[in-house]
Amino acid sequence: MSKTLFDKIWEKHVITGEIGEAQLIYVDLHLVHEVTSPQPFDGLRNTNRRVRRPDLTFATMDHNVPTKDIFNVQDQMSRLQMDTLVKNTKEFDIPLASIGDDKQGIVHVVGPERGLTQPAKVIVCGDSHTATHGAFGAIAFGIGTSEVEHVLATQTIWQVKPKTMGIKVTGKLPKNTYAKDIIMGIIAQYGVSFGVGYAIEFYGETIAKLSMEARMTMCNMSIEAGSKTGMVQPDQTTFDYIEGREQAPNDFESAKNYWSQFYTDDESDFDETLTFDVSNLKPMVTWGTNPGMATPVDQNLPEIKNDNDANAYDYIGLHPHMKPVDIKLDYIFIGSCTNSRYEDLEIAANMMKGRHLAPNIIAWIVPGSRAIRNRAIKSGIAKIFEDAGCEWREPGCSACLAMNPDKIPAGKHVASTSNRNFIGRQGAGSRTHLASPAMVAAAGIAGHFVDITADEFK
Amino acid sequence: MEAFVREIGTAVVIPNDNINTDIILPKQFLKNILKTGFGKDLFYDWRYNADGSLIETFELNKPEHKNASILITGDDFGSGSSREHAVWALTDYGFRAVIGGGFSDIFYMNATKNGLLPIVLPERNRKILRNIQADEKIRIDLPKQTVTYKNDTFHFDINSQWKEKFINGEDDIDNTMKYEKLITVFERQRPNFG
Repeated sequence: MSKTLFDKIWEKHVITGEIGEAQLIYVDLHLVHEVTSPQPFDGLRNTNRRVRRPDLTFATMDHNVPTKDIFNVQDQMSRLQMDTLVKNTKEFDIPLASIGDDKQGIVHVVGPERGLTQPAKVIVCGDSHTATHGAFGAIAFGIGTSEVEHVLATQTIWQVKPKTMGIKVTGKLPKNTYAKDIIMGIIAQYGVSFGVGYAIEFYGETIAKLSMEARMTMCNMSIEAGSKTGMVQPDQTTFDYIEGREQAPNDFESAKNYWSQFYTDDESDFDETLTFDVSNLKPMVTWGTNPGMATPVDQNLPEIKNDNDANAYDYIGLHPHMKPVDIKLDYIFIGSCTNSRYEDLEIAANMMKGRHLAPNIIAWIVPGSRAIRNRAIKSGIAKIFEDAGCEWREPGCSACLAMNPDKIPAGKHVASTSNRNFIGRQGAGSRTHLASPAMVAAAGIAGHFVDITADEFK
Repeated sequence: MEAFVREIGTAVVIPNDNINTDIILPKQFLKNILKTGFGKDLFYDWRYNADGSLIETFELNKPEHKNASILITGDDFGSGSSREHAVWALTDYGFRAVIGGGFSDIFYMNATKNGLLPIVLPERNRKILRNIQADEKIRIDLPKQTVTYKNDTFHFDINSQWKEKFINGEDDIDNTMKYEKLITVFERQRPNFG
């Protein structure tokens, strides 16, 4: 019978239960961070339970990490949460990449970087951006804290199989547009909840040509379309990325042969399909308070159609008929599990090379992991940022959600490579404009958004 | 988990669509390492002024809604971050059920783990429920899968296993450990490439 990539991985992981009902699914990799794990470990202690498979569990610290002075955790609540993770991982024998460790970083950056993220795995983490790992052809999704406890205790999870949706992406990406613009374009067109109840697979000629980093950016923001799972079929690009990494399978050839059987047999196997052509794609910028409120950089901001739009304009301090280039920016932030990988930094650095930030701009560049930070220092990219006047930071979630000292002040506009432009997300009263690393870097130099597909950038 | 069979209670209407978990419980409260005490911070930015005083016009702050146990809302409730703290805030405040046009997948699962019943009803039903006065009650009957307000009774769908779990208030991990032998067998057969 003809099946989707999702179906094939799913059925390899069912322990018990029938399709349509809750099924018990085995978890191959459980990623843990400091925010959503204290209560589950307490739960285990209270019931005298153990972690079933510490060897399939990996912990790091990211949400609370101060990125300026990484060992100097001023906030006592943050410190307690991080200390609690150290204590819990020690007690339950789980590997931990703590602050300062050369493996530490944003959980969704570190998993792939270590080689832990692999095709055909079921991967969970108490964080909604776990969808990122689906870029490797894995079923990866965010879970709640009760589910974290359940996975720790049993290495399994009860789930009802979602429907599948294929999003076919076609056309050649215009110069200076990126995976971030594709996923933002899809969400702008189809909305922030079209993926609820579905597992999305991105496929087509455009996706096949994307790097692993770019595929991760696309899958990462599946959750912004309402889908907790986004995925891409594993191929040679995937295998090349994994090969040689610390946790890559020793018998790599056999693993590769096994992984190669996981693909969607036929488009008609999806419960739903959408198409998106990128031939005329423009860089995308959000103007409002959810990721669907986005516009191509050269367009006017839209008319007010309902209360949601009116409230968003009110909060963000803009009005219809302005253009993204008219938004006066105060900050730029390059980082987050969406866009903090080496390739993202390289693209941003190319935009900044030999130039300096506009005088009105404060810039935070936050690499996704210690390994990326070190590589960027070695290659000279870090120096490009510093010479441009940016603050070059330590790895962590930083201003993506501002649970740490990196907060955008009230009323200030930030061009951000992160994933959510919700009210107060980057600091109380902060005004977020999501865009690609290239767009954010160019905006930092100009002091406002610019159309990087215009002739002067070619 | 606390069982849910029937609930007869007053309701509060917050009709907005796309209420994400950042709105339900802002991130500054995620630093708590306990599961309790989040109710006072529920809808924090909508409920409190910058100086910490109550925003009196917000529905939740009106004295007549103080004991509401049912929240009536819009489409796409609980989107965004996976934080279960959002559900803990709703239950700690005293909510037993949320009636909306749709819920994010992760929020829905989190609700099922904490005895907070998520009920999906179409707009034509919710439009009627939004007329509810502060002293009027809604009756939710989970075994019958119905929501009753005055003379109207609406049917809602729920997966049979989640329904059973709500009614029995059962612990997931105990339930799963009944299958431990199957898990062990599965583990032995997993592909392993070293």
